[in-house]
Amino acid sequence: MALLEVRNLTVSFDTPDGTVHAVNGLSFDLDPGETLGLVGESGSGKTQTALAIMGLLAQNGRVSGSVVFRGQELLGMSPGELSRVRGSKISMIFQDPDSSLNPYLSIGDQLIEVLTHHRALRRREARARAIEMLGRVRLSDPEQRMRQYPHELSGGMCQRVMIAMALLCQPDLLIADEPTTALDVTVQSQINSLMGELSEKSSTAILLITHDLGVVAGLAHRVLVMYAGQEMEMAPVDDLFADPRHPYTEGLLNSVPRLDQVRSGILNAIPGNPPSLLELPTGCPFAGRCLYAWEQCRQLPEFEKIDEDRFKRCHLDALPTKRESA
Amino acid sequence: MNPRAPVLQVRDLAVHFRVDTGSLFRHDYRVVRAVDNVSFDVHSAETLGVVGESGCGKSTLARAILGLVSAQGGSILWQGEDLVGLSEEALRLKRREIQLIFQDPSGSLDPRMTVGEIVAEPLKVFYPSMSRLQIRERVAGMMKMVGLSAEQINRYPHEFSGGQCQRIGIARALVVNPRLVVCDEPVSALDVSIQAQIVNLLKDLQKKLRLSLIFIAHDLSVVRHVSDRVLVMYLGRIMEVADRDSVYYHARHPYTRALIESVPIPDPVKERQRARRSLEGDIPSPLNPPSGCVFRTRCPYAIDACADRVPALETLEDGSQVACIRHEELAEQWKREADTDPTATETSS
Repeated sequence: MALLEVRNLTVSFDTPDGTVHAVNGLSFDLDPGETLGLVGESGSGKTQTALAIMGLLAQNGRVSGSVVFRGQELLGMSPGELSRVRGSKISMIFQDPDSSLNPYLSIGDQLIEVLTHHRALRRREARARAIEMLGRVRLSDPEQRMRQYPHELSGGMCQRVMIAMALLCQPDLLIADEPTTALDVTVQSQINSLMGELSEKSSTAILLITHDLGVVAGLAHRVLVMYAGQEMEMAPVDDLFADPRHPYTEGLLNSVPRLDQVRSGILNAIPGNPPSLLELPTGCPFAGRCLYAWEQCRQLPEFEKIDEDRFKRCHLDALPTKRESA
Repeated sequence: MNPRAPVLQVRDLAVHFRVDTGSLFRHDYRVVRAVDNVSFDVHSAETLGVVGESGCGKSTLARAILGLVSAQGGSILWQGEDLVGLSEEALRLKRREIQLIFQDPSGSLDPRMTVGEIVAEPLKVFYPSMSRLQIRERVAGMMKMVGLSAEQINRYPHEFSGGQCQRIGIARALVVNPRLVVCDEPVSALDVSIQAQIVNLLKDLQKKLRLSLIFIAHDLSVVRHVSDRVLVMYLGRIMEVADRDSVYYHARHPYTRALIESVPIPDPVKERQRARRSLEGDIPSPLNPPSGCVFRTRCPYAIDACADRVPALETLEDGSQVACIRHEELAEQWKREADTDPTATETSS
């Protein structure tokens, strides 16, 4: 049985300008121990998906559909029930490590609080566990770090503390929202190796949200590509990169400059801009920018199975072009 | 003038900031050497990429070239004339020739001005005698050149997406016919599909207008794509300068190598094969940089001698420059490693 089953999830926000349709009927499964990469550009709904799962949507957010975690429906749960799951069975790390930590509490207090709250440990036991966890995320001098405050640590160190905090209760699911985007490349690489190791050694499933195709390639087992709040393509990581089946995936892969390749001349940019989430087109949301759009694309294609473990939302049977480099 | 002569020559540039470290009762300050002892050339119609992590001084360098922060030492020769120590007014006139494109596309546009007014403003400043009709024509032409339509001239910045705002920023920079454009992280705030559009536009305009570009970015993949030469900075100092291919294929400085090895590659098969040797630790505080080579505290190849003195930026046979006392032995060591371990050559194959 899947650890997390998201079915027909929609998230919308009422704003003075109208209703923003952030997530539009998203469905996916996440298995225990698996890392699923949720990829898309800004406004594709990846963060709102995560926040909806965590029950952390903004006040004006409306959510429908179903999110079943270990057989339990999370949507519509009472705040009390939800807070027993959240932080304990599901935890989350955010993009901006410094502002996700409480500046008024020492690192130690913040870590200990998690354990005394969720695990009813005594302070002394909690402290020992916290120190051990800081060691596991390879923060130097864990004992000393416990006494320090977030402003005394660098961004990379804060993100290690966040990861330690998220893993304290040995959650079944870790949601990582752009965990390394705010960090420098050399530090990003440290955090990515750490995440990869943790996913290998523990049975924690990871929902990895990122816009960086390189990070997904290194960490994810399966990838779900999102656009305008909908799934465009889902596939095992190797298949997706070697043989994208959706024009948007193909466009994304072709538009990034790569360090390991000289792309002569111009990059294959995707023309135009993403559609406004206030007024979504009725058909395929990508049609306006798609190289291969035709009449049929005025109707929204189904997100259908095309192969073992592969899904796509596109009327085309196959992409007319193969990528320039295989 | 000799066409091969560099348009910009920066020599021993130093930009230092005083940082207050005192308390309410005690005046005290320390000096941050944001840019220290930096020398390089930019040639006509060339793109020089500047890479480095936060705090390496790349943005300060950009601001110093434009005279937005004053240099404490060294010289910035613009077509032979030193910009350091020039009066405000003289410097202002030079900015017709040296323009800047900012990182935050919408934040750098005045929300109360129409796009037409934004693009026209530099013309009004530098060409006060231009008639309204001339300005209008020039602005419309520029809008078209950056891929916007002339009908959008009366709209306001908030009506445009990030990528379009960056096009407006480019139009504003290019409308006065500059020779050198300093681009400070011009695409890092944009989504990948839009980023490619802007990178293509910049490359295209550079070719058409024979511009020199200084392209500052933390994204090595983008820098590799746009640059002719690449300058690598760390904690205010130059680590390495070389042609873009030699930087990527035969990095000579351990820091350059570490940077290249850290960049994730959008290819799961390659990612698994890669020998990733992440650098340990964090970038030291610029308030308290290490003695000698600033990189030595994180360098896997550091020896005692590295702490003794600041390594000079040495010019090698092929014209590339490197600031590392061990670069010769390391080059040989890496070559041997590459010969014996095929996976280690991932960055140099």
